[in-house]
Amino acid sequence: MPAVPPKPAAEPLDPLRWGPTFPEAARGTLDDAQLRTNLRRATRTIRDKRLAVTAELPDWEALRDAGAAIKADAMDRLPELLEQLEANVTAHGGTVHWARDAAEANRIVTGLVRAAGAREVVKVKSMATQEIGLNEHLEAEGITAHETDLAELIVQLAGDRPSHILVPAIHRNRDEIRDVFRSQMPGVPDRLTNEPAALAMAAREHLRALFLRADVAISGANLAIAETGTVAVVESEGNGRMCLTLPRTLVTVMGIEKVLPTFRDLEVFLQLLPRSSTGERMNPYTTTWTGVTPGDGPQEFHLVLLDNGRTRALADDVGRQALHCIRCSACLNVCPVYERTGGHAYGSVYPGPIGAILTPQLLGLDDADAATASLPFASTLCGACYDACPVKIDIPTALVHLRDRALHDGGPRRPTAAGAAMGAAAVVLSSGRRFRWALRGAALAGRLLGGRRVRRLPWPGSLWTASRDLPALPARSFRGAWAARVARVSRATRDTPAAPDGRDPRSGERSPGTDGRGRP
Amino acid sequence: MSAREDVLGAVRAALGRGPRGGRADAVGAGDVPRGYRVATDTASGSVAACDLLEHRLLDYRARVTRCRPEEVAATVVRELAGAASVAVPHGLPEAWADAVRATGATVRDDVPGRPLAAAELDRTDAVVTGCRVAVADTGTIVLDAGPGQGRRVLTLVPDRHVCVVRSDQVVGSVPEAVRLLEAHPERPLTWISGPSATSDIELVRVEGVHGPRDLRVVLVGP
Ligand code: SF4
Repeated sequence: MPAVPPKPAAEPLDPLRWGPTFPEAARGTLDDAQLRTNLRRATRTIRDKRLAVTAELPDWEALRDAGAAIKADAMDRLPELLEQLEANVTAHGGTVHWARDAAEANRIVTGLVRAAGAREVVKVKSMATQEIGLNEHLEAEGITAHETDLAELIVQLAGDRPSHILVPAIHRNRDEIRDVFRSQMPGVPDRLTNEPAALAMAAREHLRALFLRADVAISGANLAIAETGTVAVVESEGNGRMCLTLPRTLVTVMGIEKVLPTFRDLEVFLQLLPRSSTGERMNPYTTTWTGVTPGDGPQEFHLVLLDNGRTRALADDVGRQALHCIRCSACLNVCPVYERTGGHAYGSVYPGPIGAILTPQLLGLDDADAATASLPFASTLCGACYDACPVKIDIPTALVHLRDRALHDGGPRRPTAAGAAMGAAAVVLSSGRRFRWALRGAALAGRLLGGRRVRRLPWPGSLWTASRDLPALPARSFRGAWAARVARVSRATRDTPAAPDGRDPRSGERSPGTDGRGRP
Repeated sequence: MSAREDVLGAVRAALGRGPRGGRADAVGAGDVPRGYRVATDTASGSVAACDLLEHRLLDYRARVTRCRPEEVAATVVRELAGAASVAVPHGLPEAWADAVRATGATVRDDVPGRPLAAAELDRTDAVVTGCRVAVADTGTIVLDAGPGQGRRVLTLVPDRHVCVVRSDQVVGSVPEAVRLLEAHPERPLTWISGPSATSDIELVRVEGVHGPRDLRVVLVGP
């Protein structure tokens, strides 16, 4: 396979949302065959593993119910829980800081690194610090931030952007990674092969020296317990443990929505998260710590509690559930749109179905530009993400709700937003093959709507649903029924092969009588 | 206004409460349905639990050796074969430490007030510890930094970790382990499920990126 490195995604002005609208960006990535091959293999592998280990637990659904309820309860009591968390972290020798937005969080962290007298820091992979663009900010302040997660390291050395929450370098293959290491990693052996084991060992050598000399580490948090002040990081490689254990000072940046009420809640999330995310029964390492432990680990601990748009999302009764997300990435791996466009098309650190509902809310839809407003349309509403989500976030309903908001709260920019939004669906659905993909989920969509009537559709459907309900989707689409019929006939007659290339046997293109979004 | 007041105020406003409003209807953790299993079919400490734990650990490509209580010291020594230097945490049973010393390996004691430096641990081949609890369902061993388990860095930097698990420490499920651990939530916990591993390159699993590449579990039978 030729090792032509893919173009690095552009350096974003705002890590939460950069680049063009989703449909424009998707047009580019849909043409990248290598990207699609890498993605398809990866998402399918994780998907299958996840199904196998979740099926192992007879109480999986009960765990999801508990996870969803704990999160909803935590959001309801957020002020009290945050105050309780702060009190307990402080009581155990930690310091809590509050940050209204990215700039404030970056300022706080920079100040802490400076106060520790450090010019470089080691970092655990963290969505929150990516979201605020911490690395770039530190760089500008003359502080080097070393990513220590293997995939993040690959992305950082390549000058690229992550394209997946869990496996940020999912869009790159081993040849590309070897080339990046050879050209960017100091002291890497010339004869470095493309074997994953050899590449991982090169990273081990490179990073161990950094771990042993770092004075300050920066991490995110998977969850924090209000009742005890305990913070947890879930990981695989041990780079997390290195960062959380070796340096003298630890700074943890955490979104305010990550707080959980009780220590007991650990038992729910430590079962839901690894199985949903990597498809393992348990991830290799989980570390929990409470403030500072004399003689063990960092002797100075700072917890930065970050808002950065979360309270904006909290104010939306329907959209709020995006804050329940535990960043397992299961919804990305089952999403037909993500699988085809890849993470970069979403133009945000939060890609995929969860990104499509989280990003616009964090940034606000009211004064959203067209690029942000197009995200809720980057979905076929097939419902696979809802089925996969360990905390039962109803992403399809939130998508429909946010589409409505994008089109009605958008103010003067409304026409642009509408145009972009319609384009988002059109790109993915503009050929027979893509359209067939979208329809794969039709049965799921039927279940999602639960036979209920659809009360509110986004514009232009809203013109219709404003005065009447739309009947729920049939369990099977016309195209599905037609393909099955053709297959039956061809089996019976054994002469006409049925749609070998997956195109519609009759027209080979879009079938008429649909609105382009999978609805009959 | 301080960032703290601003953020908390914004949270309250988003929830439709007044600027300093508390909850009108005190919804508590009791409202969460906890219909999931706490205990499993495999009783804590049973042979079945130990068998399942071994099976899970092997799945992660850890090495498992079963032995009887009187054979622990000898088994630990066997698992340390080839290690020229061994770190020993404070509170490890003397009999084990003495057996290791008797092999001629350099033993580095980690004692309060005289902790081993990270650079020193980087030059140490192996470490021996006990554990707090192990979960059969998931193949997980939990260390809570208690006696014989060491500071967190001890089981992280050396490349081989020999961990002794007694059958009475083996529980069936994650909730059972959390019930034990919640007595001391303030202790730093390390949950270990197999050796360090990554799947970041084409999802090919590679053992040992930063943590110990070699996890050897000595499972002491009932
Ligand atoms: S929305 Fe659900 S499935 Fe998607 S990343 Fe978050 S928790 Fe996982």
